[in-house]
Amino acid sequence: MPVNETLATYSDWLYRSALGVYLFAVLLYAVEQAFSRAPRKSEALVGAGAPSVLTDEPKSELTRAERIGRMGAAMTVLGALLHLGSLVMRGLSAGRAPWGNMYEYMSLLCLAAVATWIVLMVKFSIRRLGVFVLPPILVLLFLGGTVLYAESAPVQPALRSYWLVIHVSVISISSGILLIPGVTSILYLLKDRRTDRFPKLPSADVLDRMSYRTTVLAFPLFTAGIICGAIWAEAAWGRFWGWDPKETVAFVSWVVYAAYLHARATAGWRGRGAAWINVAGFAVNVFNLFFINLVATGLHSYAGL
Amino acid sequence: MIAFLRNTWRGLTSMRTALTLLFLLALAAMPGALLPQLSLNAAKVDEYVAQRGWWGELLLKLGFFEVYATPWFAAIYLLLFTSLVGCLLPRTWEYFKQMRSKPVLTPRNLSRMPHHAQAELDITPDEAVERAEKALRGWRMDSGEGAVSAERGFLRETGNLVFHFALLGLLVSFALGKMFSYEGQVIVQADGGQFCNGGIFNYDSFRPGLRVDGTDLTPFCVEIGEFSAEYLDNGQPVGFQADIRYQSGQDLAANTWKPYTLQVNHPLRTDGDRVYLLGHGYTPTFTVTFPNGEKRTQGIQWLPADQLTLASEGATKFDPPGITDSETRRKNQIAVTGLLAPTPLLHGGILTSKYPALNNPMVAVDVYRGDLGVDDGRGQSIFSIDGKMVEQGRLQKVARKNLALGEEIALDDGTKVRFDSVNDWVSLQVSHDPTQGYVLVFAILIILGLGVSLTVKRRRVWVRATRLEDGRTLVEVGGLARTDQAGYGEEFTRLARAVLNEEKS
Repeated sequence: MPVNETLATYSDWLYRSALGVYLFAVLLYAVEQAFSRAPRKSEALVGAGAPSVLTDEPKSELTRAERIGRMGAAMTVLGALLHLGSLVMRGLSAGRAPWGNMYEYMSLLCLAAVATWIVLMVKFSIRRLGVFVLPPILVLLFLGGTVLYAESAPVQPALRSYWLVIHVSVISISSGILLIPGVTSILYLLKDRRTDRFPKLPSADVLDRMSYRTTVLAFPLFTAGIICGAIWAEAAWGRFWGWDPKETVAFVSWVVYAAYLHARATAGWRGRGAAWINVAGFAVNVFNLFFINLVATGLHSYAGL
Repeated sequence: MIAFLRNTWRGLTSMRTALTLLFLLALAAMPGALLPQLSLNAAKVDEYVAQRGWWGELLLKLGFFEVYATPWFAAIYLLLFTSLVGCLLPRTWEYFKQMRSKPVLTPRNLSRMPHHAQAELDITPDEAVERAEKALRGWRMDSGEGAVSAERGFLRETGNLVFHFALLGLLVSFALGKMFSYEGQVIVQADGGQFCNGGIFNYDSFRPGLRVDGTDLTPFCVEIGEFSAEYLDNGQPVGFQADIRYQSGQDLAANTWKPYTLQVNHPLRTDGDRVYLLGHGYTPTFTVTFPNGEKRTQGIQWLPADQLTLASEGATKFDPPGITDSETRRKNQIAVTGLLAPTPLLHGGILTSKYPALNNPMVAVDVYRGDLGVDDGRGQSIFSIDGKMVEQGRLQKVARKNLALGEEIALDDGTKVRFDSVNDWVSLQVSHDPTQGYVLVFAILIILGLGVSLTVKRRRVWVRATRLEDGRTLVEVGGLARTDQAGYGEEFTRLARAVLNEEKS
């Protein structure tokens, strides 16, 4: 099937716009983070999810910093819409699921991370953390759009399967969701050590809960993604599991996240221990994305650079 | 002694040990992704070891190039396995005990619970209990004198146990699969080539499981018909397919054939075996006319040297006809070696390929004459000539030329070599794994168990109604989520509201 060049160009434009809008959002979050007061003790203790305590000032009168933060959130949503548009255009231009090479895979991964972040912003009152969460996503998007960029094109025979739609999207989305607890766990480790040094961060408890809730959502998805991959491998390569480098590192990362879930239920490992494990899981995922795709040679080396 | 055993067992089955073992497993699996592995690419391992010297030798001895078959890797997962069993057995016991027991008694002080609400209502304690029972329909409940204790979310533990047992089942099936499975590769010529699963000798390479000796393979035959490939303009392949016929089971006795279209991602599944289309390449056919006028025609697969343009290299070997004396025969054997370009590009007499499909293919051949070294009993690659024979001068290059289809090259003794045609070959893989169906079932149970155990929350609600002196009733509601408090608040508020509303029912 021929590639529709016009749509491919639109897709690239949308990608760049999304990147720009995200960057703007980070700046707005940064302004809010820099100019807002640290929450008072009472608010910090109540934490997220609970109905907000009555404050001195009525709700309608937002501070300037808060207004800027809200703009940041709105920009994030706008960026996500543009980002989604870019993926859809890419898919339409190539006439296939838009996650057939590393650039597209990373784009989907980042979109999943941003979407998770938007949901978290609604559920917990942690909007300002955007200044920490969005930058790693921006870095990934930037790398994807420059060094790893690939023109819109059909994929090779081995990838012509409906399992491409299922396996790759599930793995990509779950990896994207897992980016968030990676960041919040790092923040937890910072906050937990010296509570007084990072007064503007949410309480360690809220950060821990955010990490857990997102990991618990992503872990079954990730498991399902690996199993879908095994089913596909059986049809494409003749065996469902063959210790291909990508399979191996996915297994390692699965074991690390399983350890995280267990650590959270083990005395002595709760808190810092668990947070470190989550960060380790994130590190393994990043390693799997870059090192295994770009350096190691295996059956998953489709990268299409 | 018993104390020691008991302590070891307790230590092994504790969560800390399990965690440590999980880390070890993750760590031990890593070298398999970083170092070349014998099971995936043996040649690369040899190269790696040779480059590293004693350090490579050490790694080789310690099994770092076959991580998943080493004793230390096995030790980790067997310990983890034991630890898991030791953890699951008491939990299962506890699970069945709890399933039959009633919800716990209502605690004395409900206001200490993480979730709490109370109100004074104009109803009798019995009415309050009735109301609570109605609101808590579907919960496991135990109501007594002015108090209700209810519990929900038992499925969480169910899912958790299902997940862990399915994990065990998957590991066992996987291990059994490693015993009884086999995998073999073979190259078959298109347009009529046949392969039968009669024994190991029919394969080019064969990797048996630990308990497979190759005598008891399920018989089936395939015959390759037309092979077709489709490419983009830049040479990127779009699709491969081979029209095949196959017979298995009763078809073998009746000698009937069934048609199938073999494609990447669409293996042939027959009688417990699967046949995959792994790759393809070209077979050039040459005719050698010997000085006495006798002709020999041969076509044998050449190996793609460049996956993008399918420029292929190989060696087609001929024995001179009608010579019985092995000494004379060994002086006159002929090998046609060189490069096959499916779509040729000539640049200053140098032949390269610019596209993987066949468009007036050409070959650049070196013709060798002499002793091919095929009689000395050593195995020899079908894709190349024996370099030692050339070094020793027993095999000599006698001609070199670029040939288009139908062109020929004449040797000094009058022998002629003609380039006749090019055909396709396909590389097939036959896989046999009797337990993979079980692995799939356990994998699905793993996802289901995991999903249930991570979404369902185990939670409790207690209601107590006490008659006050003024005739009204104090109704208290307390709630506790046993695993993760998050998300229970809303449900509790709804329940408390239903129990504590002012209206008389």
